[in-house]
Amino acid sequence: MSDRIELPLAGTPFGASPSFLDLVRREHPEAIPGPGQDAPFPVPHGTTVLGLKFADGILMAGDRRATAGNLIADAKMRKVFAADDFSAIAIAGTAGQAVELVKLFQLELEHYEKITGDRLSLEGKANRLAQMIRSNLPMALQGFVVVPLFGGYDERKDEGRIFYYDATGGRWEEDDYQTTGSGGQPAKNSLKKRWRPGLSAGEALRVAVEALVDAAEDDAATGGPDTTRRIWPIAVRVTASGASEVPEDEVVAAVDAVLQERGAS
Amino acid sequence: MPYVAPEQLMKDRSDYAHKGIARGRSVIGLEYSNGLLFIAENPSATLHKISEIYDRIAFAGVGKYSEFEELRIAGIRLADLRGYQYGREDVKARDLANAYSQALSTIFTQQMKPYEVEVLVGEVDGEVDGAGIYHILFDGSVSDEQGFVAMGGHAEDLTDALRDRYERGWDLATAVRSAVQVLGTTPETREIAPDQIEAAVVDRTRTQRRKFHRLTPVEVSSALSS
Repeated sequence: MSDRIELPLAGTPFGASPSFLDLVRREHPEAIPGPGQDAPFPVPHGTTVLGLKFADGILMAGDRRATAGNLIADAKMRKVFAADDFSAIAIAGTAGQAVELVKLFQLELEHYEKITGDRLSLEGKANRLAQMIRSNLPMALQGFVVVPLFGGYDERKDEGRIFYYDATGGRWEEDDYQTTGSGGQPAKNSLKKRWRPGLSAGEALRVAVEALVDAAEDDAATGGPDTTRRIWPIAVRVTASGASEVPEDEVVAAVDAVLQERGAS
Repeated sequence: MPYVAPEQLMKDRSDYAHKGIARGRSVIGLEYSNGLLFIAENPSATLHKISEIYDRIAFAGVGKYSEFEELRIAGIRLADLRGYQYGREDVKARDLANAYSQALSTIFTQQMKPYEVEVLVGEVDGEVDGAGIYHILFDGSVSDEQGFVAMGGHAEDLTDALRDRYERGWDLATAVRSAVQVLGTTPETREIAPDQIEAAVVDRTRTQRRKFHRLTPVEVSSALSS
């Protein structure tokens, strides 16, 4: 992928590339993950994440477990991130690759904003992420799969939007909710029963936590809320006023409510 | 080619650059209570003289737009690459100032024509009073400015006016108001309308990682009328 368009006569680059990824590829190709060998040992995988729409925007949430084969590689992994002021990204798949992808994607958005003086449109961000996943395809074919969810507040359309991807860079827009990762299916089944249009912010968090609890019940690789060690899901909310992580006490309250309901029934 | 004494060559280039810079409008950079303020008279709302480089670093340029724009982009690229390869806290204004100085010095001595620009690189650190402004000239000379600096068309007059007024610890509104008054003293005394003002701060009290903030027209107007 070359970002250099040249004027036919002068032979000088025409326009400044706003892409950070292209810049690193050109200047320091060794600094970004490239095709490697099949790992002869289990590498950590992040598991269940989900995204859903609610009345004011979108919410993304994820459990905290990373597994390597039958071992728990990390009990406190972070899989949900604010990508910039108005979008969030959640990742499942090979943990090392996924975290690196998030870092590059965040820089890609920031770099674009600084070079051009303008934020990318939500559509533009979603497309750019698809291209970045596609460029990871050689790694995906070797088993290092990264499948993110992306969502944000579309300032031009005035609404929250959610996109999901497959390992080849395929990109689909979701109308209501989506999940991915090893516990994605049970989480989705849960959302199917609980989600409805126009949820409040609090209800959306409750529905998301409940889906993660359901996923942890059915999928060994998904970590449920751990009340002993106090490990809670991480959630990021994006509305017209920006992207922000849901405060821990709010998450704990939602977890308590879900667990209490289950204990009572 | 006829022989030209090196002294004459450098003097010609320097005169040429000075003339180019003197045609443009000025930028003032100063420390205020929460960090740094960069402010300029700029009739365009979209072709900026001031912009963000990194978390705690801002840039300002005067002179020929295409040239300082090129320097601005190179600075963002250097900063983002450094921050990615090492750590975000390893990106320092001093490194950028050195890079600009090297680049401008090479251009000044080796190119047909020098760049007709001057740039400021300003940085705040987390501590109170921790702020620094580097001023880099068209020939690559750098100075580390304390408190305030003016560059561009009438830099000397502006610097004199600032020296008379400047006080440490100004709040933002006072800093904006005073800087706009100073900008309005040369070349002739006049009132500058708020929509002709471009201003941005690096504010260490912002909770976000990126401390740069471009003042909105409303913020500028309210500072001027307070």
